[in-house]
Amino acid sequence: MSAELLTDLTIFVLAVLAGYEVISKVPPTLHTPLMSGANSVHGIVLIGAMMIAADARTPLGYALSFVAMAFAAMNVVGGYLVTDRMLHMFRARPS
Amino acid sequence: MSAAESVVRLIYIGAAACFVVGLHEMNSPATARRGNLLSAGGMAAAVLATMVLLATRGGVTSTGWIVLSAGAVAGAVPGMYAARAVRMTAMPQLVSVFNAVGGGAAALLAAVDLIGHRVAGVSGTTAVTGALDILIGTVTFTGSLVAAGKLQGWVPGRPLLYPGARAVFGTLAVLLAAGAVWLAADPASLAALAVLLGAAAVFGVLMVLPIGGADMPVVVSLLNACTGVAVAMAGFAIGNTVLIIAGALVGASGGILTKLMADAMNRSVPAVLAGGFGTGDSPNPVAGGASGTVRQTTAEDAAIQLGYAGKVIIVPGYGLAAAQAQHEIAELARFLESRAVEVSFAIHPVAGRMPGHMNVLLADANVPYPQLKDMDEINPEFARADVALVVGANDVTNPAARRPGNAVSGMPILDVDQARSIIVIKRSMGHGYAGIDNELYTDPKTAMLFADAKAAIGALLAALKTLAGHR
Repeated sequence: MSAELLTDLTIFVLAVLAGYEVISKVPPTLHTPLMSGANSVHGIVLIGAMMIAADARTPLGYALSFVAMAFAAMNVVGGYLVTDRMLHMFRARPS
Repeated sequence: MSAAESVVRLIYIGAAACFVVGLHEMNSPATARRGNLLSAGGMAAAVLATMVLLATRGGVTSTGWIVLSAGAVAGAVPGMYAARAVRMTAMPQLVSVFNAVGGGAAALLAAVDLIGHRVAGVSGTTAVTGALDILIGTVTFTGSLVAAGKLQGWVPGRPLLYPGARAVFGTLAVLLAAGAVWLAADPASLAALAVLLGAAAVFGVLMVLPIGGADMPVVVSLLNACTGVAVAMAGFAIGNTVLIIAGALVGASGGILTKLMADAMNRSVPAVLAGGFGTGDSPNPVAGGASGTVRQTTAEDAAIQLGYAGKVIIVPGYGLAAAQAQHEIAELARFLESRAVEVSFAIHPVAGRMPGHMNVLLADANVPYPQLKDMDEINPEFARADVALVVGANDVTNPAARRPGNAVSGMPILDVDQARSIIVIKRSMGHGYAGIDNELYTDPKTAMLFADAKAAIGALLAALKTLAGHR
């Protein structure tokens, strides 16, 4: 097992624990926005899609990278916007 | 490591911190929006930094840049449009679609990475995590699309069962495991990749099809967690820590949310996945053979009861969400308030189509946030309520849950039966999700108003205006 893999595993385990602690305190009323918010966070896959698009050299590579970019961009942009739209509604009605 | 690369790595750490703090700020309605913006800011910084890194590093072909930007636009524009245009009642399926594309992207990423490095050879870590990423990402992609289809009504909401399902499923699971092991052992094999992709895609569809529409929120949440894990695996495969951190965060959060949802519905996650439960969204549920007599009422009688009450608690449920009657109920609440009636909404954790969905719907209809009370807060207040108005909620109000030995036993419920009188708006005596009679309906204090939620509330409001008027 390489040192790099061990470092990555450490990061993975700590991030799982951080996620557990951060999330378990959210009240049920915010669960749907939270699910949507968490859904946008895994849009970070966009960075991976950019990396593989940058390394692509074959027509198949370009085609698959294009689809991966489109999917990931939709996840990020749509996810954050729809979460913001939901949370916008939680503001108290101006009296 | 070049200077640019070091800076980018530092920005990634900052982005990861933004995700954690952003999710933490979603704890409270007051900071939730800021939290989401912070998370979005972290994401934007990470994406920009990656862009700069790729530009300074060089080695990206011009076709590569075109593919990169065209793909981004092709995904961002429809995503933006859908997020802005979607009706709030259709939001659960949109979240499911966004989850699907995330999983699809994660799976493609590993597939492209494995194909691209086929000749040069890949490390054992990349092969194993890449295979896991493709497996999980593809299952969530097709599974989430089917879930979205069920929520939208394009795929029948009822559990779709077929003979020999168990055998087909078992064979597929074996094929899936074999494909993953094969690909991990021989990452250069296109055949292994094809077997794994195909088996995972079919598995995702067959996993969700037998699950009833009412269980879909639990499934969407579970698939959301799975996408997180797939993204973390993609991070291992391509050696990118920010993917590992963000993916693990989402995996943990989705996992907890799934369990909370299942608990609140008195279901276990394995039981949900076993499928075949519930009738889904059948428009004409089979009438339950209710024992005991049921008292019916009219919109006029109910209006008078509400109009002259001191304290009214509204209990909105799935029926209200399905009938899209959130604006009508909000108007009714405002009218009652104008008559100095104290109005609050009792929100069960799983009311609506997803946990918290009812809050979003009612907030969309401009119900002030302080009027929305969660279960623990509102339950002691029922005893002081003159009228509890139940709109399309069933199992979450069934007093039978307090006794052992039935399908809802132990489920957290709203203490609606403690109110001095109860009005239930419901289309029929049909059973809820648990498939048993609701003892609340045969309670002598309860009056039933059989109608569609939207029509019934409209009639109540009209009757209130003519009979009671503003006080």
